[in-house]
Amino acid sequence: MSTITNLWTSLVTWWTALSADVQHLIIVFAEIVGVMMVVIVCVAFLTLLERKIIGWMQVRIGPNQIRIFGLPFLKGVAQPFADVIKLLLKEVLLPAKADKVVFLLAPLIALTTALATWAVVPFSPAFVLADVDAGLLYILALTSLGVYGIILAGWASNSKYAMLGAMRSAAQIVAYEIAMGFALVGVLMAAGSLNLSDIVRAQSGSLLTWNMVLLFPLMVIYFISGIAETNRAPFDVVEGESEIVAGFHVEYSGASFATLFALPEYANMILVATLAAVLFMGGWLSPFQGILADSSPFAQPSFAWLFVKICWFLFCFLWFRATFPRYRYDQIMRLGWKVFIPLTLVWILVECAMVSMRIGPWSHFG
Amino acid sequence: MADIQNFTLNFGPQHPAAHGVLRLVLEMDGEVVQKADPHIGLLHRGTEKLAESKTFNQSIGYMDRLDYASMMCNEHAYVLAVERLLGVEVPLRAQYIRVMFDEITRILNHLMWLGAHGLDIGAMTMFLYCFREREDLMDAYEAVSGTRMHATYYRPGGVYRDLPDNIPQYAPSKFRSKKEIDRLNLARSGSLLDFLQDFTDRFPKCVDEYETLLTDNRIWKQRTVNIGIVTPERAKALGFSGPMVRGSGLAWDLRKKQPYDAYAQVDFDIPVGVNGDCYDRYLVRVEEMRQSNRIIRQCIDWLRVNPGPVITGDRKVAPPRRVEMKGDMESLIHHFKLATEGYAVPEGETYAAVEAPKGEFAVWLVSDGANKPYRVKCRAPGFAHLSAMEELVRGHMLADVVAVIGTLDIVFGEIDR
Repeated sequence: MSTITNLWTSLVTWWTALSADVQHLIIVFAEIVGVMMVVIVCVAFLTLLERKIIGWMQVRIGPNQIRIFGLPFLKGVAQPFADVIKLLLKEVLLPAKADKVVFLLAPLIALTTALATWAVVPFSPAFVLADVDAGLLYILALTSLGVYGIILAGWASNSKYAMLGAMRSAAQIVAYEIAMGFALVGVLMAAGSLNLSDIVRAQSGSLLTWNMVLLFPLMVIYFISGIAETNRAPFDVVEGESEIVAGFHVEYSGASFATLFALPEYANMILVATLAAVLFMGGWLSPFQGILADSSPFAQPSFAWLFVKICWFLFCFLWFRATFPRYRYDQIMRLGWKVFIPLTLVWILVECAMVSMRIGPWSHFG
Repeated sequence: MADIQNFTLNFGPQHPAAHGVLRLVLEMDGEVVQKADPHIGLLHRGTEKLAESKTFNQSIGYMDRLDYASMMCNEHAYVLAVERLLGVEVPLRAQYIRVMFDEITRILNHLMWLGAHGLDIGAMTMFLYCFREREDLMDAYEAVSGTRMHATYYRPGGVYRDLPDNIPQYAPSKFRSKKEIDRLNLARSGSLLDFLQDFTDRFPKCVDEYETLLTDNRIWKQRTVNIGIVTPERAKALGFSGPMVRGSGLAWDLRKKQPYDAYAQVDFDIPVGVNGDCYDRYLVRVEEMRQSNRIIRQCIDWLRVNPGPVITGDRKVAPPRRVEMKGDMESLIHHFKLATEGYAVPEGETYAAVEAPKGEFAVWLVSDGANKPYRVKCRAPGFAHLSAMEELVRGHMLADVVAVIGTLDIVFGEIDR
């Protein structure tokens, strides 16, 4: 017992002896590791959730075998961990004619950008890793960089199917980045800030002041663009398993497959869902704010509300995947360029006019 | 500037949308297909040649394995050919049973097609919905023949045996609760006809469910409308049949034009398309499932009130009943002769065609008077359809190739034989 106490006291003395800067550095580092672990575990369970939910939608059962330490309950819960272990133990095959450096670098690019975006996401009023003023811009920049992982993977594989997937990805991402960017401009104008925490605060008041109500078309366009951006069905032409087999990741296996495909894709899904919740559904704000008394626990802003909203958007991702056929590549382009971009532009113009003429909810600007 | 060339893409034989072993060599200009060259032969098993060294009845089972998505229809063409050469009469009850199982087979095939077509275009839920209903029909196959796919149920002169009074039930297992077992076995507690009647009651609602997911779905329409258009003239010139020709607007259906067995007695409509594109063929096939359901229902009603023999009484073709063999020398000899050398078919040749789910499936049979066929030639609808691949996909995009393969409803068992 005394050794533990000794260890503790020596740890405390070591900690207090450190300078304030170093202490801060260690805390931030611990926070980063913590958020990353949470994201990775969420990704793991999202894959399980996806298989289960789509299974139920398709009159199947889904994973129901792997249990935690053989416990008799929660059958199937350990499935994602079994999958990860399986993938990590498998051989990473390098195609003979692949550009080996780029081939192995591409998954890392995809993974790094997917995880780095989480730095600016406000989880609750008190907790955000980096409260950057241009947070939204940072996210847009990093998600655009993420596509390099896909393009390089497709190029470096030296396979025709992967090549087609990379080309599709490059074209698709340009179209939908623009539509997504314009949809976000509308949010920026409504909040008057690029800082994500400020955007949430600007929506506080009641359910009716959420951007979801005032900027409904932009929310729809943002979410659809988000689905296209993460290459999920019905916009999964980049993978298009019935056309180009698996697209950009056709040559990947084992750990490189897990880091290139599974982790970034699902991390980005959670990110898009989180951003949709933050930007349009009031983030951590309670939907009962202004309806129940301010002292009521249900009216308090908290992370739980954000979590519920994220889950809703993630469910939509899975729901769409089970319901819709896949778009053809040129039809996605048409939808992006000819429908979404004009729509967002018109809506932004309308919003601009309303803000500058001080009509409606945005009369406090200008 | 560098010389830019089209590139060749090897589509299959191991490809998720290759429907078996289709090898398609595509010449691509970016995403646009300039030339499509289908290669066949990877599933060639020499069925036609094998039949020449077997007695007539021994080849029935091989017919199941041609188009393995529409088993009994293939058998039907073969037994019709043998019957025509033999000149045997088929009891009316057997004719109705065959018509009923032809239509069950049609639904089986169209469900398989709808599921695979949906999956190819990305609507993966369709596949599992379709297989849910297929399961019931396969149970019907199992009840009547003992196997779920390769039934070998039809015989020259009728069918192997009468419809059973009970059908296999689900046994308790750790994967299904008692409640679920009871629900599944509820429809399976009566005779096969009760089970099928229950199915025909449920099935139209299931088709509605499929249509809810696809028919008015904008993405589905964008992917199928104006893809792979076949004009009526081209459909005729290319030797199309079945839904491929009806989708183009020609009401050509052998069940109406040259009724065989009891088809003249049942009432049904032939759906036809207008534009001859993938979407019209989709609508045609979906409506065919509803019409098949109608035919099955009529057959059930007729079979319930009309008992009788299900195979010809001609003992030179069909074996005698087991009981008769025990006490009757003549019957024993008949059985022995049929079991050892089969029956001899008079010299001649015939062409017997049926409206299989995929189109006109036919058997051209030549006999030299022996107990084995001199030549069996199968006319597979898929072969003619696959030949038009190049014409259908030229100028379309890679994703449309998949839609066209789906709409052709290709099964390699019959194309390669």
